[in-house]
Amino acid sequence: MNVSRRIVLHFPPNITGQPVVYRLVKDFGLTFNILKASVSPGQEGLLVMELSGEQKNYDKGIKYLTEAGVEIQSLSQDVVRDESQCTHCGACITICPTEAFSLEPKTRKVLFDHNKCVVCGLCVKACPPRAMILYF
Amino acid sequence: MAKTIAEINEKIRKGKAVVVTAEEVIDIAKEKGVKRAAEEIDVVTTGTFSPMCGSGAFLNIGHSKPRIKLGGGKVYLNDIPVYTGMAAVDIFLGATALPDDDPRNKFYPGEFNYGGGHVIEELIAGKDIRLTAAAYGTDCYPRKKLETLINIKDINEAILFNIRNAYQNYNVAVNLSDKVIYTYMGVLKSNLGNANYCSAGQLSPLLNDPYYKTIGVGTKIFLGGGIGYVAWHGTQHNPTALRGDNGVPRRGAGTLAVIGDLKQMKMGWLVGTSMLGYGATLTVGIGVPIPILSEEILRYTLVTDADILAPVVDYSEAYPQMKPDILGEVSYAELKSGHIKVQGKDVPTASLSSYPKAVEIANILKKWIERGEFLLTEPVAPLPGIESGITFKPLKERPI
Repeated sequence: MNVSRRIVLHFPPNITGQPVVYRLVKDFGLTFNILKASVSPGQEGLLVMELSGEQKNYDKGIKYLTEAGVEIQSLSQDVVRDESQCTHCGACITICPTEAFSLEPKTRKVLFDHNKCVVCGLCVKACPPRAMILYF
Repeated sequence: MAKTIAEINEKIRKGKAVVVTAEEVIDIAKEKGVKRAAEEIDVVTTGTFSPMCGSGAFLNIGHSKPRIKLGGGKVYLNDIPVYTGMAAVDIFLGATALPDDDPRNKFYPGEFNYGGGHVIEELIAGKDIRLTAAAYGTDCYPRKKLETLINIKDINEAILFNIRNAYQNYNVAVNLSDKVIYTYMGVLKSNLGNANYCSAGQLSPLLNDPYYKTIGVGTKIFLGGGIGYVAWHGTQHNPTALRGDNGVPRRGAGTLAVIGDLKQMKMGWLVGTSMLGYGATLTVGIGVPIPILSEEILRYTLVTDADILAPVVDYSEAYPQMKPDILGEVSYAELKSGHIKVQGKDVPTASLSSYPKAVEIANILKKWIERGEFLLTEPVAPLPGIESGITFKPLKERPI
């Protein structure tokens, strides 16, 4: 059975220099899609990614990460749009780093593609009528 | 073929008026020709839905027993301070007012989640509002403290009176600096990361009547989901702003002061708004009908997004420092394409004005007129035009 989950990895400074993600691919046959990354050698790193593969390999991969000292947090937050509050102005469009917002060409209504959202939260405060809500 | 407003109203009463939106009229005139379109069309409806800081409401809350003189005292509505420098129980609630304990930009950028505009939205929603007041007490108004819930349905008057709305054209805001800035034009990313604009363009009221030939004092309009009127020209009204050959201003130009009974306005058309790092305000929906009195008047309503140019202004330096420099001009057609070129760079665009809502407003107004529910008014005085020579002046500072 295949699984695909969005997780947040916190790397302690001592392992940010190691090819941790590479081993997830090579040793466990997992695939990943990096949604957000801030990893510099010698500093605490943060990686948000979608990790996919067979359940047993996924579990092994997570075990490997934990043993390597990486702290794993599942991405349990969610950003949703309160449709009754959205005025379709479009202020969010250029704010979103993953282009989750787009304009419906004919009506110029703002579309929100939940699948592209990485829950960074930038739109939440940049939305003038506060229609974007961050759930924990 | 010149028509009069009285003639158009006669057709509206009979349910025979031909009404189209400022968007629809463009294709109709292309198809039928300007002459025939001007003969057939009676009214063109416009719309705009944008944050407009020059907004607020007068309230008369009624007299308490014993009486209290709020004038000269301190009054809060849901912790938002209101202006009391008037008669005993009249107060003014401004759209940008903030609670005394709001941290503002102390924690930069401030969030400004609740301000005067949000109280106006809650009043319309029929919610109870907490009024707290402290007064100094007089022989005829002895009471010094008042804490009560008020509701729009119980108070004597609630009058929306916006001193500057519906700007005829506006700046396109960009940021040339190397850090993010937080402005009334939204969040502007560093190094030309984005460009924000704020106009309904071809649907915007004053862009369809560039010389104010039909819109004047007393013009009946759609305001906040109900009926309102043009009360005066708005503050900073600048008819002498740079114009193109088509007469359309290429800079912020005319403005409207508008008034209407808040009690008949509707949820969704006056929206409390928060600009990150800048402040709180009110997003206002306005629609103005343009009577097609002549071919010339119709011609003005044919303006398209491609015909309207707006200046690109750097909000990191030129705007705050009152420098007149602009980085070029772009049309609303370009802005709506999603990208503009500024200093050779491809810059993604976003709007603060809702075009879908502007379309909805123009269509609601159209329906009202078609059904005979909304008659047009003859302006009682014109708005100052180019001939007035009125210009928008900076402050002449004279140190004390």
